[in-house]
Amino acid sequence: MNNEIKSLFPVLDQEVNGQPLVYLDSAATSQKPLPVIEAVNDYYRRYNSNVHRGVHTLGSWATDGYEGAREKVKNFIGAKSTEQIIFTRGTTTAINTIAQSYGRANLSEDDEIVLTPMEHHSNIIPWQQVAKATGARLKYIPLEEDGTVTLENVRETMSERTKIVAMMHVSNVLGLINPVKEVTEIAHEYGAVTVIDGAQSTPHMPVDVRDLNCDFFAFSAHKMCGPTGVGVLYGKKKHLKNMEPFEFGGEMIDFVDLYDATWKDLPWKFEGGTPIIAGAIGLGAAIDFIEDIGLENIMAHEEKLASYALERLQEVDGLTIYGPEKRAGLVTFNSEDVHPHDVATVLDAEGIAVRAGHHCAQPLMKWLNVTATARASFYLYNTEEDVDALVNGLNKTKEYFGDVFA
Amino acid sequence: MSLHSDLDTLYRQVIMDHYKNPRNRGDVDGETVTVNMNNPTCGDRIQLQMSVENDKIEEAKFVGEGCSISLASASMMTEIVRGRPVEEAVEIAEIFSNMMQGADYEDEKYDLGDVEALQGVTKFPARIKCATLAWKAMEQGLGADNSDGEDEDDDD
Repeated sequence: MNNEIKSLFPVLDQEVNGQPLVYLDSAATSQKPLPVIEAVNDYYRRYNSNVHRGVHTLGSWATDGYEGAREKVKNFIGAKSTEQIIFTRGTTTAINTIAQSYGRANLSEDDEIVLTPMEHHSNIIPWQQVAKATGARLKYIPLEEDGTVTLENVRETMSERTKIVAMMHVSNVLGLINPVKEVTEIAHEYGAVTVIDGAQSTPHMPVDVRDLNCDFFAFSAHKMCGPTGVGVLYGKKKHLKNMEPFEFGGEMIDFVDLYDATWKDLPWKFEGGTPIIAGAIGLGAAIDFIEDIGLENIMAHEEKLASYALERLQEVDGLTIYGPEKRAGLVTFNSEDVHPHDVATVLDAEGIAVRAGHHCAQPLMKWLNVTATARASFYLYNTEEDVDALVNGLNKTKEYFGDVFA
Repeated sequence: MSLHSDLDTLYRQVIMDHYKNPRNRGDVDGETVTVNMNNPTCGDRIQLQMSVENDKIEEAKFVGEGCSISLASASMMTEIVRGRPVEEAVEIAEIFSNMMQGADYEDEKYDLGDVEALQGVTKFPARIKCATLAWKAMEQGLGADNSDGEDEDDDD
């Protein structure tokens, strides 16, 4: 990774508050490289048209672009067929689709949905809602002191009544990587299905859904160099085939009569309405971009940055760092004297963008016994200089608040 | 102390003083109006307790967790409303709300005292919600809340 890659991201080439921008919030959303911006631009300039209908030429170009993107996604995550790749609005919509469609049909009173306390709200609340509707119960796998999920604890939590295990692949707060393949194996022993939230893994490491053997997998384009508003729901065909659509309307129908209708085949029965055409095409371009660089290279780069960051952050007095030593490319921390919002505001004045807050993981914040934390997250365009800037910024923050407290 | 002049308008000495030495922190004895409010986008939370008798705020205290701006603002708010008629407190909340929306504050009817220092927050749009949390709790407690109160959750 080098400055050549960075130069492909126009947004990074600017000053913010009079300082060169240091963007350390890619876990919230990544920046977009020129090839992605151009792919979306090209679609709107040259072949914008609705898909799967009409006879005209632009329509078939748009359909080719949209379905071509589905093919790229299929290959990218190692799915068997494009029938298993459903474009959604993002990870949240993907999980809600599973909960509302698969969940409602397959859960009954006293069945169990197993989760971890580290889940993002988008992998908790849909399950709370489906539990309320079906009488199913939520159970949480206890975490080790550093946040790790152990297979022993998974087994302890499971029972014959467990129907669904929903878990994030990589934590957006702790940065740890959950053993989702092994958890899937255990879940299957109990006859349960797994729903893997891949929002924080797919952008950063190779994902092979058939190797993981998970039943469902969800991720968003915008965290992996793609546009906002588009994501993917992958599912095993045996489940998707039997699931009812989550949204009804145009595009997803086969025949419509005054009093009833039938659905299109997979994957289109889950894509009611005019789909996110430009978004999917942008996601396809993002996949090309990432594959050109190589996910192994991206992962190695981020691991290096994260361990460099961990090492350098030790130099800042009074900093608590959350999560295990071995981690994906993000570091969540708190300063003993200064609230994370105040840290983020002072860093922002230095041109450094970090996230401060609960990271949509309030149960995990409670588990950590904090109300908020600050988080620096890295991606392929970040450099060791960015980490140095963060460390300098944090030292200035302490200096600044030391002064105003004095 | 200046690293940045903008930062200095946000973190004025008087704000830091209220943050470090909050006034009216704790519980009010006896019968109270209690409001719990949180800022779901960032996790700040406050519990405000007021004893109101004969349309007058006899006592106002708070407990909570949050950043310097939200806690300093709570301290200042309780300081300015305690001992005041409800009507005045609601008027001051209105003036404060306008101030947060960038309206020119003119010290005509009330001397806002320390609260004036919060004007610098308007230069930091992301922090305005921190400053308004305690004030919204007060307005809700007095039944003068005409906004929706808590906002919807954000997306990560």
